[in-house]
Amino acid sequence: MSREEHAVTEADLHAYTDGLLEPDRLTLVEAYLAGQPAEAERLRAYQRIGRLLHQAYDPVLGEPVPAALIAGALRPRARRWLQAAAAAALFGLGGLLGWTLHPPGAVPRAEAIARVLVHPAAVAHAVYSPEVRHPVEVGAEQEAHLTAWLTKRLGAEVRAPGLQSEGYALVGGRLLPGEDGRPAAQFMYQDGSGRRLTLYLRTGRWDSTATAFRYAETDGSGTFYWVDGPLGYALTGPADRAVLLRAAQAVHHQLNP
Amino acid sequence: MDHFTRRLALHVPRLRRYARALAGNGVEADDLVQDCLERAWRHARQWREAEDMRPWLFAILHNVFVSGVRHRVRGPRFAALEEIPEPVAEGDSRPEGAAALRDLERALGGLRDEQREVLLLVALEGLSYEETAAVLDIPLGTVMSRLYRAREQLRRRLDGGEAMGLRRIK
Repeated sequence: MSREEHAVTEADLHAYTDGLLEPDRLTLVEAYLAGQPAEAERLRAYQRIGRLLHQAYDPVLGEPVPAALIAGALRPRARRWLQAAAAAALFGLGGLLGWTLHPPGAVPRAEAIARVLVHPAAVAHAVYSPEVRHPVEVGAEQEAHLTAWLTKRLGAEVRAPGLQSEGYALVGGRLLPGEDGRPAAQFMYQDGSGRRLTLYLRTGRWDSTATAFRYAETDGSGTFYWVDGPLGYALTGPADRAVLLRAAQAVHHQLNP
Repeated sequence: MDHFTRRLALHVPRLRRYARALAGNGVEADDLVQDCLERAWRHARQWREAEDMRPWLFAILHNVFVSGVRHRVRGPRFAALEEIPEPVAEGDSRPEGAAALRDLERALGGLRDEQREVLLLVALEGLSYEETAAVLDIPLGTVMSRLYRAREQLRRRLDGGEAMGLRRIK
């Protein structure tokens, strides 16, 4: 695509609104807006429209999915079988899928815990922590809604531990597809310099109700992970073992006062 | 359960969000999602594992929506919203307030279908302009012009409530 080097286009202004501008273009647009208050005001109105859309429709994500739609998501020949259990919400389906993959009695060993916790947590961290405009689905200003929603979807009590003691504030959280079809959740935290930590959590058929902290590094990020009750936790951030360990201990301490 | 089923099931909540905003009421929205899922199964072979499933599903939902609109008598899809009486403000803890959200829903209903689709895919679903163009099977330039028109129309319609709405934000 060719464009004038110094001319700010209408497309640039929308890309600015949507957080899709390249860094060099961003500087240009910001300079332009500094001298055009009316245009800056117009873009603020566009951004407010985006916030309103999320406020109006994000609650749909937390609603129980009608049984007919769960049936629709299944292979046609499997539908009759599922309709017998038609009252199940989508969360129930996640449980069912988990059961199929891990029949009762199957005991995941340490590497299995790593597979369902560390790798997905590192991927989710890599995907969402650089996001400027959409780092989370539900922001920290709606924390009560966020934890109630994730608790409902994960089927276990989910809380967002505070990391203020480590200098990190909660940004918000999101629902994610887990490795084996169960829902998983991610909380995101950010410090004053913009560094981000993510806490990934999900239920599983763990072989013990509590494990020690374990540490793994992948591609420049580090993860402390552990199991505590029904949930497995993985705290991921820049590969600084000491910083992460302190944060992981703070999380663990708050969940086990 | 195969990979396709799991992925499909996990996308249902987001398809419902988009459909709700697109259709304006829950029953019709879930009908759209239902038809979308059935078509997804019929065309499951077109989807390859390497491909991001979301844009593929949105494209199917778009086709379902467009074919439905053609056959549907333009009914009171959004009119019902306007009949809901003004709720008492005290029970509403949403930052922007119920009035602002109702104004938004009404203004959204006033957009042309093709403008509403573009706006929602970009501003609600977070798709890139290129993904949106692919989902709707239209040129990138058309995405940008519809996005501009949708935003301008909503901005003008919401303008009256703007000052009040902004002051509500902490």
